[in-house]
Amino acid sequence: MSANELTQISVELDADGFLVNPDDWNRDIAIQLAAELGIELTDRHWQVIDFCRKDFKETGSVPTLRRITKVGGVPTKELYKLFPKGPAKKVAKVAGLSKPTGCI
Amino acid sequence: MKKLLILGAGTAGTMVANKLYHTLDPDEWKITIVDQEETHYYQPGFLFIPFGIYGKTDVIKPKRNFIPAGVEMIVSTIEMIEPEANRVRIARDNRYLDYDYLVIATGTAPHPEETPGLEGDEWRKSIHDFYTIDGTMALAKHLRNWQGGRLAVNIVDLPYKCPVAPLEFIFLADWYFHEKGMRDKVELSLVTPLPGAFTKPRAAKLLGNTLEDKNINIVPDFYIERVDPAAKKLISYEEETVEYDLLVTIPVNMGAPVIGKSGLGDDLNFVPVDKHTFLSKQFDNIFALGDAANLPTSKAGSVAHFAVDIFTQNFPRYVEGLEMLEEFDGHANCYIESGFGKGILIDFNYDVEPLPGKFPLPGIGPFSLLQESEMNHWGKMMFRWMYWNILLKGKEMPITAKMSMAGKWA
Ligand SMILES: Cc1cc2nc3c(=O)[nH]c(=O)nc-3n(C[C@H](O)[C@H](O)[C@H](O)COP(=O)(O)OP(=O)(O)OC[C@H]3O[C@@H](n4cnc5c(N)ncnc54)[C@H](O)[C@@H]3O)c2cc1C
Repeated sequence: MSANELTQISVELDADGFLVNPDDWNRDIAIQLAAELGIELTDRHWQVIDFCRKDFKETGSVPTLRRITKVGGVPTKELYKLFPKGPAKKVAKVAGLSKPTGCI
Repeated sequence: MKKLLILGAGTAGTMVANKLYHTLDPDEWKITIVDQEETHYYQPGFLFIPFGIYGKTDVIKPKRNFIPAGVEMIVSTIEMIEPEANRVRIARDNRYLDYDYLVIATGTAPHPEETPGLEGDEWRKSIHDFYTIDGTMALAKHLRNWQGGRLAVNIVDLPYKCPVAPLEFIFLADWYFHEKGMRDKVELSLVTPLPGAFTKPRAAKLLGNTLEDKNINIVPDFYIERVDPAAKKLISYEEETVEYDLLVTIPVNMGAPVIGKSGLGDDLNFVPVDKHTFLSKQFDNIFALGDAANLPTSKAGSVAHFAVDIFTQNFPRYVEGLEMLEEFDGHANCYIESGFGKGILIDFNYDVEPLPGKFPLPGIGPFSLLQESEMNHWGKMMFRWMYWNILLKGKEMPITAKMSMAGKWA
């Protein structure tokens, strides 16, 4: 585990760039984590992030793309536009959740 | 009399009926089990049918052969679970079945209709599946006369039961075409939403190398949106395409629709349960076992077996108001057919990924872990006998419910 220096805030990230301590998360950190992935957060991004955080609190697991679409109301196709190349992982990262397990 | 109602007489439900029938006092308990089918299918055998290794009669037996005489078995579709009223409505005579405790073991099934283009005119022509008896029989027929071309095996979404089955299918296909003298006419590809051949790192690496050695392509991170059956193309959400001549799909796997209808499921109709005890998160007299539960481990017969062992030890305590002592660790144990009469064995749980080493199985083993061997292939073939004669009947197997580190090289 390494402490990655972000522009203003210093938080601990694991080898894959996920927050080590989910309680470290706040909206500024999300903006910076997204920037590292080359993503500028819009309202639509926030809708996804907020849904995932709420859902994680309720269910204890990182929502799948299918669930973000069905329950969170953002079409899968759009998720790929918002978080290109592997949205499931990227959303989890920016939302400060643990890495999705893929359940196998 | 207290009533225990079991929904589904597949691998998990049948084992629960057998084990609890022998533990619970028959003067105090009435056990009932409901399933829509008369026939029990040995699903791991579906893998071998397309290649002519097994036929239909190798994988079917009457369910009643495996249900103890003292357990009432009803053949009917389950229409609705009403947990607030502690009762279940079944199709047969529109009957209601009351219960004190309910075990949900309705499994998971493929849903091709969830992916546009799968179930159209080309279904069972150039598009096949092997997760159902009809599908695997149709594929066997198709392969017998197939002249070669591009064969794509596509995993639509996670989770799906027996996570290694698509890999095994493609390994066996490699062997099959080799034996037929037409391997050079066939291009094999595994098209998967996973970043590699498997999720857990060490196994993914080994299996990835095996694919490469066998000249099988892998298209990772491919999350399918739809199929264009006329153009014979898979199209991902990112508009990437893969062309095929023969598509073997692992459609979206979902829990039974009745679970969703009854308000007991998640977005894929799996029942949210405590991952160590299988107790429903919503109702304290409902458990879900086997593929029907939303556990973060493989959906596999071996997992169902270990889970049932833990559950049936806990249940008699639970109904007495005592604490449940045993905790399930997510133990899974899978033989992976790798073709040419060999196999690979993996053994893992919630916390420990598949590791190399030796797997000690008293009286039979050892089997080599995370490494190809002929012994592992025989383990898999022998498993059918064990399934029918030992496992389903709830007899003791020489393997512990919780994972052991013995023989593993950490
Ligand atoms: C091709 C293939 C290969 C596999 N290989 C392996 C392997 O090598 N090793 C391994 O460990 N596992 C393997 N599996 C997985 C294994 O078969 C399953 O995980 C196991 O059968 C799960 O048991 P279950 O009791 O949860 O579900 P099932 O055995 O599927 O039983 C569910 C039962 O519920 C009934 N049901 C569902 N809905 C209703 C309803 N509404 N009304 C009435 N009845 C209903 C069904 O008819 C069925 O009998 C494989 C599966 C497949 C498809």
